[in-house]
Amino acid sequence: MEDNSATKIEEEDKSSQKPEASESHAEADSHWDLDILGEGQVGRGTLMRTAMGGIALLWGGMTLYPIYSYLKPKASDKDEQTKVTSLEVCKVDELPKGSGRNFRFGSTPALVIHTPDGEIHAFKAICTHLGCTVQYRNDKDAIWCACHGGQYDSHSGKNVAGPPPKPLAPLKAEVVNGKIVVSQA
Amino acid sequence: MVGDTRRGNKLLGFLEERFALSTLLHLAEKKKVPIHRHSVWYYMGGIAAIYLAVQVVTGILLMVYYVPEIQSAHASILKINSQIDFGWFIRSLHSWGANLMIAVVVLHLFSTYFMKAYRRPREFTWLSGLLLLVLCMAFGFTGYLLPWDDVSFFATKIGLDVAAKTPVLGGVIADLLRGGEAISQATISRFFVIHVAVLPICLLGLLGGHLLFVQMHGMSEPDAFKNLPAPKKTYEKFFPNFFFKDILVWILALNVLFVLVMLAPWGIGPEADPFGAAPIGIKPEWYFLSMFQFLKLVPPMIGPIEGELFGILLMGIAALAFAVLPLLDQGQSKSISKLATAYGVIIAIAAIALSVWGALS
Repeated sequence: MEDNSATKIEEEDKSSQKPEASESHAEADSHWDLDILGEGQVGRGTLMRTAMGGIALLWGGMTLYPIYSYLKPKASDKDEQTKVTSLEVCKVDELPKGSGRNFRFGSTPALVIHTPDGEIHAFKAICTHLGCTVQYRNDKDAIWCACHGGQYDSHSGKNVAGPPPKPLAPLKAEVVNGKIVVSQA
Repeated sequence: MVGDTRRGNKLLGFLEERFALSTLLHLAEKKKVPIHRHSVWYYMGGIAAIYLAVQVVTGILLMVYYVPEIQSAHASILKINSQIDFGWFIRSLHSWGANLMIAVVVLHLFSTYFMKAYRRPREFTWLSGLLLLVLCMAFGFTGYLLPWDDVSFFATKIGLDVAAKTPVLGGVIADLLRGGEAISQATISRFFVIHVAVLPICLLGLLGGHLLFVQMHGMSEPDAFKNLPAPKKTYEKFFPNFFFKDILVWILALNVLFVLVMLAPWGIGPEADPFGAAPIGIKPEWYFLSMFQFLKLVPPMIGPIEGELFGILLMGIAALAFAVLPLLDQGQSKSISKLATAYGVIIAIAAIALSVWGALS
């Protein structure tokens, strides 16, 4: 808008000058020797309009960049939670066969499963579809996402049904002194 | 009348001199409303407006007690619901009112679409109305997170992850909205600011334009009415005839809202647990259900394209066509007019069918 009004004023200027000062106007124009591209002389009006447009763009950028930077999440925010490499989840007795438990592994939700055949597996509980938190379902013996009905194999974390495109990210689960310890795979 | 100060009403004279009331009244009296069998749709915009007024008042009241902080947000809503006098009432009005408002705006949208009220010179009334619907949905999306209960947490997570799949700017915008990699305090703060400051300003500006266009162009007349011979066209004055009917309709609309609030006060789920599993049976609000169900139907991969991206692109194109078709259908050709109507019917049926399917599955 500013650009427009500036252009208008410029044009009015010109027309008011025309009757008596057209000669000197042309002369003034000839001083702007900006024929860099070989496209003929650049008039003062064209130059001013282009300059105004450029300044408006620059000004817009100068305003938006700080706002964008201000709002952009900082890398330090991401590592706010301490990085975890290994974690004691619970005692084995607290997790009977055919059940699972959601827990927090550093900054990510995770899931440990005690399968009906007695194996213990752990995965990051982030659905590979749209990032919902998955859970173990005893009735299906599968890992299940409530958001869009995705299913994963409870032993391997492989995507077996529904929309998920990839298997779950695995974690390492072992039993140490009767306790389930989960660590980065 | 107001402008007639000869009888010595000093107050009216005072006001007249300062606010040119007679000009305004003259405008209101000049405005006329066509009477035909589809006239009932003329009330939709007014109903949306009264529901909006309820949202503004209850929203301001809720802000007095709501705390946009991750440890306190859920508790503050519980307090509003259980300890503050009439808190449950105000909050239920806000939640039910939001749903009713979107429902009415959608009716308003389809009624203007099928009555072809978007034709010259009302193209910008149409486009500004569409943008207003988008704003309403943005209000719904941001407001849904604020109580910080389990469904609101995952609804936001999915919504932002879907947005992140949009090509070019999707990822950047989702990150800016989320304020980090995970839904956290930063997300609550951002959504709160957007919900109570950014969106209201946009809404007021856009609504001002929308209403100004309506006043400038007068009420739109459907073709069947416009083509009647002049003596057969009947109108009523906007003021006072239609205006008083409007008030009556507002009272009815408010009563519907009050009945819903009384019979089914709005509850709150358990507090969100960012590391817990998504609750079984989680679903978005009804006005996002059709899109939710559609995305659910798209297979994970379509050729080389990820299913989600494909679904988003498809819905984007469908929405764009819905916005643009009215600009092409200017009454110059019967076939384009029929095409626009048919497309509207398809969109409406698809939206209803997907929503019902999503609700039942």
